[in-house]
Amino acid sequence: MADLSIDFAGIKSPNPFWLASAPPTDKAVNVLRAFEAGWGGVVWKTLGEDPPVVNVHGPRYSALLSPDRKVLGFNNIELISDRPLATNLREIREVKRAFPDRAMVVSLMVPCQESSWKAILPQVEDTGADGIELNFGCPHGMSERGMGAAVGQVPEYIQMVTEWCKHYSKLPVIVKLTPNITDVRYPARAAKAGGADAVSLINTINSIMGVDPRSLAMVPSTAGKGSHGGYCGPAVRPIALNMVAEIARDAETAGIPISGIGGIGTWRDALDFLALGAGSVQVCTAAMVYGFKIVQDMASGLSNYMDDMGIASVAEITGRAVPTVSDWRFLNLNHISKAVIDTDKCIECGRCHVVCEDTSHQAITATKDGKRHFEVKEEDCVGCNLCVSVCPVDDCITLRDLAPGEIDLRTGKPVSAEPLNWTAHPNNPMRVAA
Amino acid sequence: MTQTTTTGPDIQAGRLAPADYAQRFADAGDPFTAQQAVLEAERCLYCYDAPCATACPTSIDVPSFIHRISQGNVRGAAQAILSANPLGGMCARVCPTEELCEAVCVRNTQQGVPVAIGKLQRHAVDAVMHLPQSTLFQRAPATGKKVAVVGAGPAGLACAHGLALKGHDVTVFDAHAKPGGLNEYGLATYKTADNFAQREIAWLLGIGGITIQSGWKLDSAAQLDTLRADFDAVFLGIGLGAVNQPALPGSTLTGIRDAVDFIAELRQCSDLSTLPVGRRVVVIGGGMTAVDASVQSRLLGASEVHMVYRRGPEAMGASEDEQTWAKTNGVVIEHWLAPVAFEGEQGAVRAVRFERQQLVDGRLQGTGVFETRAADTVLQAVGQKLATAPWLQGLQLEAGRIAVDAQGRTSLSGVWAGGDCVGGGRDLTVEAVEDGKQAALAIHNTLSSSNA
Repeated sequence: MADLSIDFAGIKSPNPFWLASAPPTDKAVNVLRAFEAGWGGVVWKTLGEDPPVVNVHGPRYSALLSPDRKVLGFNNIELISDRPLATNLREIREVKRAFPDRAMVVSLMVPCQESSWKAILPQVEDTGADGIELNFGCPHGMSERGMGAAVGQVPEYIQMVTEWCKHYSKLPVIVKLTPNITDVRYPARAAKAGGADAVSLINTINSIMGVDPRSLAMVPSTAGKGSHGGYCGPAVRPIALNMVAEIARDAETAGIPISGIGGIGTWRDALDFLALGAGSVQVCTAAMVYGFKIVQDMASGLSNYMDDMGIASVAEITGRAVPTVSDWRFLNLNHISKAVIDTDKCIECGRCHVVCEDTSHQAITATKDGKRHFEVKEEDCVGCNLCVSVCPVDDCITLRDLAPGEIDLRTGKPVSAEPLNWTAHPNNPMRVAA
Repeated sequence: MTQTTTTGPDIQAGRLAPADYAQRFADAGDPFTAQQAVLEAERCLYCYDAPCATACPTSIDVPSFIHRISQGNVRGAAQAILSANPLGGMCARVCPTEELCEAVCVRNTQQGVPVAIGKLQRHAVDAVMHLPQSTLFQRAPATGKKVAVVGAGPAGLACAHGLALKGHDVTVFDAHAKPGGLNEYGLATYKTADNFAQREIAWLLGIGGITIQSGWKLDSAAQLDTLRADFDAVFLGIGLGAVNQPALPGSTLTGIRDAVDFIAELRQCSDLSTLPVGRRVVVIGGGMTAVDASVQSRLLGASEVHMVYRRGPEAMGASEDEQTWAKTNGVVIEHWLAPVAFEGEQGAVRAVRFERQQLVDGRLQGTGVFETRAADTVLQAVGQKLATAPWLQGLQLEAGRIAVDAQGRTSLSGVWAGGDCVGGGRDLTVEAVEDGKQAALAIHNTLSSSNA
């Protein structure tokens, strides 16, 4: 059995699966259930200054659903913990005492002034918590009050608050980043410059779920009005993966521990984040959709995968795929792929044909000898992967890499053995001499 | 002493407890709930040049209507169906979909189970049957042209609807008390429960411009001449008015009747507990009518029903699903037995004598081996044919049916025909609808060009 334990910026955890700071980690009763189910750690729902915030008592969540009502995306307008600070601190202490082997990270959000941070940090440290996470990401409600994403969108503020936290606390500091920015590397660099021990991302994305077709009012609404929420769940995962990878491969932030967040619900999702640079992963939506037991399936899947691959520790996975993430300009433009349709697997739905015909390169037949038949015309195929993406059958359409020397039927030229990227391409007026 | 024998035929009404009739003859269609429909619709892959649409005799754009169901646009789904097939509701109930659209669904290849196209079609059409037709279709401005349609069955109704849509005025003449043809008189009750045939006709007539004249039978050439004189065009959708009745020894015994009569009587019966049925029933034939008669005999309480067919299972007119349905309902299906005589006592049929058959060089031959099946009632369902009538002499026939060209035009100018009374096809409801629809288009084109 593979060892799933991690040491994330000095925070030890029996597995890399943490519950993110969110409704599932608001109370001792929830977190105790989570630890009983097997979660390696939690980030306690964000604490703020007293008096506590007030949440709406109407719809706080809504979902983008598939036709069979699977949750594809999830939207929320819940604020930080709406319970008194003392209650949360007492419960954090009790839970940490009951489960000393689990990671207990406390999320914080107080006004952007040194005195506020100076006041709360010792109280948190006193609970026995293992680390703090600075909530610079919450995009709704709190950001209107100059907190959450309002801080995360200004790198100078990130650096300043991080420095305060490092100054007033010995605990590892994780800075949680907002995706509601243009380039995630700048806030990450600021966190690092401020002394952050780690970053976590992504927080949720500004979102509106839709409109009621009868009333033509935004949904969900509280007494007739809605407010944008934060979007998460499987739909945001590719966005999160890109941001994690951007930080992992940025020269200024490379090597900083990353806790990956965004649409993780299975071991495969977790693997993606780990391989693209994360050292731990945080989960919320999947737990809110299925309950806490999913962590057992995630641990089982990751463990069996690691055994199959001969990987001994989670740390060995972290960042393994990062060197494969590149700027576009370094992609080899001499590489040629062609789609291949396995006619034994083809069910003849014709979707590959019609999408290629209508929207791409007219490179798939519809008939052969007067019969329904779908076959790639290599002389027209540019290897774009659209047909692979829309085919309803697993592994029915694949891309074949042409070997060097093989003739590309589209150009009539042999595939070059020499790589050529845009920086040196003859069509690039700014090319550098090869 | 009135009772001379204790072994007379056992034919009785009221074999069931009163409450059982409604339950047994209730809708067999098991319609989808809204969410089931959406889930099933999601299985449709929206194929390019979809095989299901090609397989449909009326060319319903199946992927589009299914896509619309999954998008919450059930009315749009119904529009897609009904614009291609105005009797899409009945076809959804009686089409052998497993041999047409569903047979070629690509999900068969992938998952072994096709998309339930027929049930989805029913879901969409049933959802709009209560809506005014103007919410689905707009009738073209009146053309002043009049068309006579003879026969208010699927072909005639489809033709009438197509013509009315184009702005023509249509009078539909029908010999029966109620319109609908086989939809009303020839289908098992459970296939068209809750008076669906009449509800569908009521919806169909909502287009406007269609008048139905019931109790009018085309018997003479003079009548046809009058129609041709009084109307700008005539469409004949008269169906098959006669049944095949092999002349066998004993065929005049009581207890032997045509399955179509039995089915019609059952459909029109307001109290099924008054309808007599034999304890042991033998149904002769292998088509849909034989299945409808066999299953309904069982449902009425017959304890033994044998459906006997002279050829093998693959040659049966009844689809595989229909055969399964019959077996599920306790019907014993027997093959390779051809009736040779009816045996009776005191004027009543008591058994059917069969000769076992075999194929020799592709031809059916008796083997000289004889078997007998006991019967209190015998129902014959060995096919229908065009009723011979003097007025037909004016029309060219082909293989015993009215000859038509690709547009449904008969040999008489201004007279079109379609449905079971013309040759070709399998005498399916959906084929009759297509005939009527195509004839309507052809008639419209003819009337439009004569305007010029």
